[in-house]
Amino acid sequence: MTKKVAAKKVAKKVSPKKLDSKQQTIESLIELIRITSTVVPNDVFKTIEAAAKNEVKNTTADYAMGIIKQNIDLAKYKSQPLCQDTGTVIFYIYHPPGFHQTPFKELIKKSVTLATKKGYLRQNSVNSLTGENAGTNLGEGHPSIHFYEHKSKEVEVKLVLKGGGCENVSAQYSLPDTGLSAGRDLDGVRKVIIDAIHKAQGKGCGPGALGVCIGGDRADSAYYAKKQLLRKLDDKNPHKDLAALEKDIVETCNKLGIGPMGFGGKTTLLSCKATHANRVPASFFVSISYMCWAFRRQGVVLNKNFAIKKWLY
Amino acid sequence: MKKLNYPFSPEAVRELKVGDMVLITGKLFTGRDAVHKYIHDGNKPPVDLKNQIIYHCGPVTMKDKNGKWTVTAAGPTTSIREEPYQWEVIRDYGIVGVIGKGGMGQKTLDACKEHGCVYFHAIGGAAQVLAEKIKSVDGLYLEEFGLPEAIWELSVEEFPVVVTMDAHGNSLHKEVEASSKEILKTVM
Repeated sequence: MTKKVAAKKVAKKVSPKKLDSKQQTIESLIELIRITSTVVPNDVFKTIEAAAKNEVKNTTADYAMGIIKQNIDLAKYKSQPLCQDTGTVIFYIYHPPGFHQTPFKELIKKSVTLATKKGYLRQNSVNSLTGENAGTNLGEGHPSIHFYEHKSKEVEVKLVLKGGGCENVSAQYSLPDTGLSAGRDLDGVRKVIIDAIHKAQGKGCGPGALGVCIGGDRADSAYYAKKQLLRKLDDKNPHKDLAALEKDIVETCNKLGIGPMGFGGKTTLLSCKATHANRVPASFFVSISYMCWAFRRQGVVLNKNFAIKKWLY
Repeated sequence: MKKLNYPFSPEAVRELKVGDMVLITGKLFTGRDAVHKYIHDGNKPPVDLKNQIIYHCGPVTMKDKNGKWTVTAAGPTTSIREEPYQWEVIRDYGIVGVIGKGGMGQKTLDACKEHGCVYFHAIGGAAQVLAEKIKSVDGLYLEEFGLPEAIWELSVEEFPVVVTMDAHGNSLHKEVEASSKEILKTVM
């Protein structure tokens, strides 16, 4: 696994000493964007490698997984985007008490604009009313930025780039669902998730990875489902029922035979990560966030000078 | 592994069948939403598409200081958006291949059978591997649609694709959808 080596090597080049903290923050954020766009995290790479080995040799599924692996190597080597659709840019920032969010937000925007100029992000943000593309990736609601206060004195920045193909096959269900005979229980939840995967076929650039939220209102449910994509693929859910559901979904969906790109094959899903949120008695939403194989997620811990201290994935 | 070399023809693509892994060498023209809509609205395409292949792709392109274009990322985009238009382009302008991702519907499948055309599935997300196969940029048309939406004339070498809809009425997408639906019934 050379990814971390590459990331660390570049991170070392950044010298915190003579730069003021704003400039240093921008450099660190651009580096985070570069690595996120061009290198899949270790946990994802391992899962893809295992899936590739599992396909029957000389099938179209095997062929697709081979090209996927080649693409991962080449994107890292050339430091160019894994996929031309560099997606919705979503930041999650964890900071100590007293941290100033507004100036940090401005630095994020600057970094996104610069990273777009450097070609780590495609000019990918379009005004939904006018169709105008400013070419900067900035605009109403974009990039998406979420702040959280935590106890640590350090600032952590996580980034997800979510492409359009997989976002388009993501789904939200309302239980009960008569057509699927899905009731308001875990079995009903299971049914709608499997249905979403069947509907997606190969269109989300599978094999995919899921984030799921059971419950919440429509907005929070979708938000928490997507936030599950921050979990490492090889972690284990501490909640017994959710852990069992996650395992069941992956095993069951991989029996469907949809396979990489929908060509038919053994791996339809790489992983499923689920959480839950309280609901009102009248509502029961299940939200499914589908991530393509080009799973772009990375994170950094910044030191007190805002240089990159540690990579999180 | 099969090979398809330029110049292309309906006879050559009729030899291909669903499941074939093919390396394409020769010329491709990109064309996505804006181009298909433009042709559908009655405008004549600015290039002769007879016996050519259309690639559903909005590439990332860079111009060097000498004005020369290179393609730095070029994966396929979702094809189903062109379903209302593709059959007409096949019928009226004689294209013999469509490259994209996710597959297309019955209208396109019928047009493929009638006129001799196949749908090639490129690997979604593999923007770097596919850009590497592009050896030169030979033309740029309808630039006014914006660079990702324009028609790019590209020379490719051993561009890797899988036939998922052939000229004999077969569709891998239909087959996988149906077989997975049968399994779905047993696991629900």
